[in-house]
Amino acid sequence: MPGRTVIPFGPQHPVFPEPLQLRLTMEEERVIDAVPALGYMHRGIEQLAQTKDYAQNVFLMERVCGICSFMHALCYCQSVESLLGIEAPPRARFMRTIQAELGRLQSHYLWLGLVADACGFESLFMQAWRNREMIMDCQEAVSGSRVTISTCAIGGCRRDWDDGVLQELTRRLDDVERSMDAIAPVFFEDPLVKQRTVGAGIITKQEATLLGAVGPVARASGIVEDMRRLGYAAYDELDFKPVVETSCDSYARMIVRLRETFQAINLIRQALKKMPAGEVLNKWKGTPEGEAISRVEQPRGELMYYIRSNGGKNPERLRIRTPTLSNIPSLVKMLKGSRLSDVPVIALSIDSCISCTER
Amino acid sequence: MIDNVVPVTRETLLAEAQRLADGGQRLISATAIDQGEYLEILYHFDKDLKLTHLKLEVKPGEEVPSISRVYFCAFIPENELKDLFGINISNIVIDYQGKFFLEDEAPRTPLLKSKPPEQGDPREVAR
Repeated sequence: MPGRTVIPFGPQHPVFPEPLQLRLTMEEERVIDAVPALGYMHRGIEQLAQTKDYAQNVFLMERVCGICSFMHALCYCQSVESLLGIEAPPRARFMRTIQAELGRLQSHYLWLGLVADACGFESLFMQAWRNREMIMDCQEAVSGSRVTISTCAIGGCRRDWDDGVLQELTRRLDDVERSMDAIAPVFFEDPLVKQRTVGAGIITKQEATLLGAVGPVARASGIVEDMRRLGYAAYDELDFKPVVETSCDSYARMIVRLRETFQAINLIRQALKKMPAGEVLNKWKGTPEGEAISRVEQPRGELMYYIRSNGGKNPERLRIRTPTLSNIPSLVKMLKGSRLSDVPVIALSIDSCISCTER
Repeated sequence: MIDNVVPVTRETLLAEAQRLADGGQRLISATAIDQGEYLEILYHFDKDLKLTHLKLEVKPGEEVPSISRVYFCAFIPENELKDLFGINISNIVIDYQGKFFLEDEAPRTPLLKSKPPEQGDPREVAR
């Protein structure tokens, strides 16, 4: 029987933009067991939220994560709106949808660049990140900021867009789509990318369900699960069907994200066409009371906020469950039995966000 | 208010979790709320976008059985509850012994409103 070795994979590793450690028990080149280790940057945001009032917490939630900053604000605002019994005006619901999809685009392009880099395909990495830059410019055009766009508010959106902004957004989306049309076939067909991803980190539909997988990880295993089907923001008024793949491997997870970039562009175009005129913010007063849950589809999967209020100035309890927390158990399963050389691509395939996880 | 809340006890928790697993429910997470005299734990489940919650009330120090033998993924929220609230959860499949998110020098059970007296001032621990 070969001897066993424990390899600490991370917390600093070229494929991890943030600190996460996987303690890999190896038998020769095979992973026998994987234990995740977290806690390198836990910030105690749930506790801090209990010391801030409802309006202040919007800014705090935007800072849970840089990449999905808007989604955290949206999910939080929806949960407070549910407690207050108010809704965002129709125009604001469409604006929220557009910003959520812009966030998905920049997140997926970032990840596609990282996976290209992990496969050793530098020019593809640069092309994917070039696309991301175009989306960051779109975010700047609609909000004035590139990362923490700070546009979501309890009751709607902070400020309206004029026609110039909408025209600029439409023009830039055309550029992004043209660029994506050129590089997508490389992700789909290139032998180098396929060699690294096909058959790596398989997780079946049944396993993914029991392990609580969410987002592209679940959808790549054939699970039709997407919180946008709940119809929050303006998704109930758009033609939308979740992207699902069935090969259950790292390649499928990449293809789901790739197809979702085209879907996001389509959803933004639909929203731009259907967006009505009118107010963008409903004013609210008082302090909410009761408990509520809000769920949205972040780029990495289901994000859940639970909020409980006793009628005081601050929330009594605010719980944030981010998608990476749900996908780590699936990662543990995927890694068991894999080769050490496949670990970077498999670990990358869940698109972990440690900033969200260590909220 | 949230709907579809099923009250459970420490004795019925595992059987209820198994029933939900057999019914194809996905575990989303678990949330603890410090109610002063007791802690409320909500286990959140989803099937076809419909939520179900198991609600368990425990007194500080009482042992809570882990549901991670039914739902492996429960080891994440259960270790978190152990770290942040000091809930005594037994038989977690991967038990980090209260050090999942928190390092040795971090304040212990930071979300617990009333600290157990033997732990003293958490800031002292931090120093």
